[in-house]
Amino acid sequence: MAGATGYGAHGDAPSFFKRWFASCNHKDIGTLYLIFGILSGLIGGYLSFMMRLELGEPGFQYFANPHTFNMYVSMHGLLMIFFLVMPSLIGGFGNWFVPLMIGAPDMAFPRMNNFSFWLLPTALFFLLLSMFVPGNPSGDGFAGSWVMYPPLSTSGHSGPAFDFVIIGLLAAGFSSIFGAINFITTILNMRAPGMTMHKMPLFAWGVLVTAFLLLLALPVLAAALFMLMTDRSIGTGFFDAAKGGDPVMFQHLFWFFGHPEVYIMILPAFGIVSHIISTFSRKPIFGYLGMAYAMVSIGVVGFVVWAHHMFTVGMDVDLKAYFLGATLVIAVPTGIKIFSWLATMWGGSIRFSLPMQWALAFIFLFVVGGVTGVYLANAGLDTAVHDTYFVVAHFHYVLSMGAVFGLFAGFTYWFGKMSGYLYNKWLAGLHFWLFFIGVNLVFFPQHFLGMQGMPRRYVDYPEAYTLWNQVSTFGAMITMLGVLVFLIWVIEAFIVKRKAGDNYWGEGANTLEWTLPSPPRYHEFNTLPRIK
Amino acid sequence: MRFSSVLKFGGLTALTASLSTLAYAEGVNGPVDGEIGFQRAVTPVMESIVDLNVWLVWLMGAICVFVLVLMVYIMFRFREKANPVPSKTSHNTTIEIIWTLVPVLILLVMAVPSIKLLYAQDVIPEADLTIKATGNTWNWEYSYPDYENVDSFVSNIVDIEIDEKRTADGEALSHQEIINIIDARPADEPRLDGRPYLLATDAPLVVPVNKTVVVQVTSNNNLHAFAVPQFGIKIDAIPGRINQTYFKVNAGEEGTYYGQCSELCGIKHAFMPIEVQVVSQVEFDRWIANGGSFDTDFSQNETGGSQTAGMK
Repeated sequence: MAGATGYGAHGDAPSFFKRWFASCNHKDIGTLYLIFGILSGLIGGYLSFMMRLELGEPGFQYFANPHTFNMYVSMHGLLMIFFLVMPSLIGGFGNWFVPLMIGAPDMAFPRMNNFSFWLLPTALFFLLLSMFVPGNPSGDGFAGSWVMYPPLSTSGHSGPAFDFVIIGLLAAGFSSIFGAINFITTILNMRAPGMTMHKMPLFAWGVLVTAFLLLLALPVLAAALFMLMTDRSIGTGFFDAAKGGDPVMFQHLFWFFGHPEVYIMILPAFGIVSHIISTFSRKPIFGYLGMAYAMVSIGVVGFVVWAHHMFTVGMDVDLKAYFLGATLVIAVPTGIKIFSWLATMWGGSIRFSLPMQWALAFIFLFVVGGVTGVYLANAGLDTAVHDTYFVVAHFHYVLSMGAVFGLFAGFTYWFGKMSGYLYNKWLAGLHFWLFFIGVNLVFFPQHFLGMQGMPRRYVDYPEAYTLWNQVSTFGAMITMLGVLVFLIWVIEAFIVKRKAGDNYWGEGANTLEWTLPSPPRYHEFNTLPRIK
Repeated sequence: MRFSSVLKFGGLTALTASLSTLAYAEGVNGPVDGEIGFQRAVTPVMESIVDLNVWLVWLMGAICVFVLVLMVYIMFRFREKANPVPSKTSHNTTIEIIWTLVPVLILLVMAVPSIKLLYAQDVIPEADLTIKATGNTWNWEYSYPDYENVDSFVSNIVDIEIDEKRTADGEALSHQEIINIIDARPADEPRLDGRPYLLATDAPLVVPVNKTVVVQVTSNNNLHAFAVPQFGIKIDAIPGRINQTYFKVNAGEEGTYYGQCSELCGIKHAFMPIEVQVVSQVEFDRWIANGGSFDTDFSQNETGGSQTAGMK
């Protein structure tokens, strides 16, 4: 994304191949991550759009084989989580802006950074390949959802498709673990002189907490995947009841990773939103320390609540009561963040530029997704809505509108900094409104469907669920239009080339990246900045 | 008819109608189009779920409205035009303590009824009747361990084969067309006869009204989940484990209730519904005495279940 102008006096510009395929530069790797994220997001979005079209009416519209529908469901989840949100938020923005914000010349381990990135296309290759090889006698591809519960993922998928999924996810997992080590080392050791931990920008805090979560959670996923692999291939029985194993054990392992994973996806977005709110209110972050430690405590508590995803597996009632209580606790640091954002705006001089619109929408929609999360934490109620569309609505409010709105907020905020060009305000605004209206139309009615009892991952449903499914599918059409406009405004900006200044947002933007040219030179901070 | 009707405004009428009736449809069983709340509760457990739900929805709504109103007020009051010079305030310990403690209090207040509900649901009372539901790929098998003369029977969806759901030229059959095919079958084959398609089965689970029925749930292969929304029950069927839940349908609520498999189990996950026929104790005794059939000639269908000719 950084144009050729990004190369200053520092050394020779590498050849195209060397720059994009062997890069050790954090900005170029960040760009690669973003392009990669957008591409896999488009594939994942296409899958979800086909699902919504299928569900627009009762009956089989587009999918002759329900297995294929289930496969789309599974791949949509895996692609969006592991190949859109994580690479874009952590790999993309993290690589681009963590070093710039803390005044470091690059990441601590540039070559490992390169390796982290190139593991991902490999992983994606295996994942996409899995869609075209036999999953089980019902059809091609892995159709066991992103949670991959055995026995459906072991004896239920005899074909090679799920082996490819395992290989892909292991590669993606190692990519993230290497990335996490890199971020932790960079943030702990390479901050510019004078930048203490308590002066560090909140985005760096978000990425730091995220990196620790990745480091602790992903090995558990890797272990669980290895166990699935040996159960499938060499006859072990970790999750096979007939051999003395237990399928529920996998669920515990999976969600011990899976719950921190949801914070992995949202904490960097928290950081981005904090900077945007502060910039466009022209005020420093309110309660900086509270904000930083709220993220830390969300990360810590996030590790001890996992079984709230499993309230219907037949757990002991006292255990359920514990997970109920522990889950409610997370609402407290989350509340601190919401109120601190509002307090940052209070007394500010607020401009409603596009990143601010995304950030404001993020705050409100995250509150909506947050309160339904508190609702779901009530184990007794969860019995009624577990595995229904209510859950789908809830986690899309925090992901499709939380993490993804955070992504778009960050993208519009830093687009000029990364590319050197300004976007067309009208087009980018149209993207926001189409997307905002679209996703709300998609997901709000799904609360109603869930309350009425419509289960998740259904290719066809009784007539009585028709109306809200139609509304939801109509919303998906608007959302897809929004995605199209997104691509158009990005391309338009590169064609028209409106030059962006160093600090095009003005005085509110006061983190270190705004002291640099847009786009920044190939190497920045060869002389470390001093922070007062 | 692919996706045409959403573009019509027909749906909007149903929308306004449903928004004006926030309560669930009176006396109706199963899901209702356009409804926005739970299905009608018929057991004490589901009634307490609905009660907790009502006050939680108000609480959630209040929090969302509070944040929205506050946000809109701030956006208006502190917009650049109205407030050109921003303040530099970045701390206020008092307010930070308040917005930490108030949510803690709200959550504590919420936890009390929530935990009460949880224990009411999970501590299983003494059973009047125990039944066993086993998940197969892809149907449910019910057995009555209390009664030796009732064979276990398999409950299949009333449906046509998946590959018959499209015409030769690839056009999808609508639900109505499928229903017509099913109902054109001879009387001794499973038909819908007005029961909802995708929810009706060829052999429902039969239980007495106003009695504590304990359901033991397990699975033969993949995971499944046994769920009946109107009873407020949902419990996973897991190979190698027997899970338990219970329900006690309120007196006077005889009728047919529906549920669907609620844990992804493969290609026919959407096609293994649960149909429960709740009858009076007298009817239930007759059903048991007949070896699992309402027909006086003691006839059973091939799978051992009853055809329930007198079903509503």
